[in-house]
Amino acid sequence: MSTFNSADIAAFKGGVWVFCEQRQGTMMPTSFELISEGRKLADELDTKLYGILLGHNIEGIAKELGGYGADGVYVCDSPLLENYTTDGYTKVICDAIEEYKPEIMLIGATNIGRDLGPRCAARLHTGLCADCTHLDVDMGIYKDFLREASTLAPEKIDGLNTAMVLGEKHDVSRDLKMTRPAFGGHLMASIICPRFRPAMATVRPGVMKKAPFDQAKADACEIIKPNISLTEADMQTQVVEVVKAAKKLVDLIGADVVVSVGRGISKDVEGGIKLAEELAEVLGGVVGGSRATIDSGWLSADHQVGQTGKTVHPKIYVALGISGAIQHKAGMQDSECIIAVNKNETAPIFEIADYGICGDLFKVTPMLIEAIKAAKAAQ
Amino acid sequence: MKIIVCVKQVPDTSGKVAVNPDGTLNRASMATITNPDDLNAVEAALTLKEQTGAEVVVVSMGPPPAEGMLREIMARGVDRAVLISGREFGGSDTYATSQIIAAAINKIGLDEDDVVFCGRQAIDGDTAQVGPQIAEKLGIPQVSYAAEITKEGKTLTIKRMLEDGYMTIKVNTPCLITCIKELNNPRYMSVGGIFECYEKPYEVLDYNALKDDPLIDPATIGLKGSPTNILTSFTPPQKGAGMMLEGADKATCEKLAGILAGKHLI
Repeated sequence: MSTFNSADIAAFKGGVWVFCEQRQGTMMPTSFELISEGRKLADELDTKLYGILLGHNIEGIAKELGGYGADGVYVCDSPLLENYTTDGYTKVICDAIEEYKPEIMLIGATNIGRDLGPRCAARLHTGLCADCTHLDVDMGIYKDFLREASTLAPEKIDGLNTAMVLGEKHDVSRDLKMTRPAFGGHLMASIICPRFRPAMATVRPGVMKKAPFDQAKADACEIIKPNISLTEADMQTQVVEVVKAAKKLVDLIGADVVVSVGRGISKDVEGGIKLAEELAEVLGGVVGGSRATIDSGWLSADHQVGQTGKTVHPKIYVALGISGAIQHKAGMQDSECIIAVNKNETAPIFEIADYGICGDLFKVTPMLIEAIKAAKAAQ
Repeated sequence: MKIIVCVKQVPDTSGKVAVNPDGTLNRASMATITNPDDLNAVEAALTLKEQTGAEVVVVSMGPPPAEGMLREIMARGVDRAVLISGREFGGSDTYATSQIIAAAINKIGLDEDDVVFCGRQAIDGDTAQVGPQIAEKLGIPQVSYAAEITKEGKTLTIKRMLEDGYMTIKVNTPCLITCIKELNNPRYMSVGGIFECYEKPYEVLDYNALKDDPLIDPATIGLKGSPTNILTSFTPPQKGAGMMLEGADKATCEKLAGILAGKHLI
């Protein structure tokens, strides 16, 4: 501990790390996404990629991470780590970081990751960027991303090689560029952590793409077991129970088709949701909703698409009676094909829709369902 | 017993947002509000005050005009307010912010049976980091995403939400809890409260008031003390508008279904 200095950047040669979250022995899908993304970053830095997995009797699920690109997995096994606790997980992870000194630490921005990340960053004295949607190290790749995803002038992008840090020019070529939405999605910002390591980021689930699984790589994945010094006395909270939601939650992130409803269903909420369900069924998808539908209690929170909900990029996204507030667009604008039905022809959703129909969703949707059924039958 | 509630004044991002040509937010053109989750934290504190008779102190960091927000929160029933304000604190990221707020809480005094409430996250940054980081700097346990809170003696029992269910967690005071909107429905200001709020104690803590705390070091506060830096900020390009289909009848829907079939999307 006494030798750890987060500002001694040259000492951090431990590669790229990903916190691989599991719950009740099942890996969270975002762990595979982050390993896949971490592989890209490790290659750009010419270093190794490791997962760090905490829990009890979880060694059996570690090697699978290799199949998505991990060179190795630090497996921290203890009965005290069976359930997530802020104190237990923070201590074990910070101890491991102090010993092995990774350059980068990625954490899924789940309700657990967003509890753990800030506590670790505060203890280690390093920077943490929340809920990132894009990560780069290589400047060429980063600039290509900005050319496509920003409205910055080309000459401004070309000149982005240094940042002013404590009044001096700092070369950012080896820094992790962490890009995230701010102000409800109105602005994007790229953040760096130039003076401390590891550079830490929580990453929004569902945004990074999972790599194809490679069994040979999974077999070759190295398992490392760090020494754990954790006792009951280190834990200031007690988990009394962990309860799974009784109702099956909607899998917005994994869905190929999302049919979302907005305030436009207000005159007949039940009818509107039923139409969305029927359309989702013929398209093979699930139902989502704008923040208004969740705030009004029409749909449960797991259905929410948007900056404060989930980010989706399905093949087809249908927006029924959604005006298209920037908050909502931030969660769905990267969908492959966006279809919008809205009574108001000036609704902002039409600015990003591939296909728009200006009309009453209660009239249009039943006809659309029939037309799609017919088109599918004709194939 | 004392309850400390941390709140933030934020631009209202749910309305129209103006962006300057250089890609920064035009804050001057936007209305400011109390961060929504923080109002749930205030309500949690007032509920606990009713049960225990505790004193409730609201704390915010920001420029002097945040006094208006703090007076309004006192009008809801909070006993006193503390504004942390000073140019030395400007430009702080979440790490530096948590150092400063933790120092202010030390100054107010955190005793054995005290509780700190925060909102889950602020709508300007959406980081959800400052609460947990304050807890770390104070060396007290945290429970985030609280949807139910009960207190018996020194022990709080908290329903902590997960995406796929919840955990029930027990924690002793002193501790820090971050609150979500499912926790409660914030009360309004009362007429009596509005009269009283201008009589209630209001204190400003500047750099000099906090500088003796070991957490307040030029290397750990403000822009210079922030581990993160903004490399650039930008607005995303508008996706080109697609095709508005003519009409809203059966033929329109058939045309759309035909396009989707042609693109092998269905």
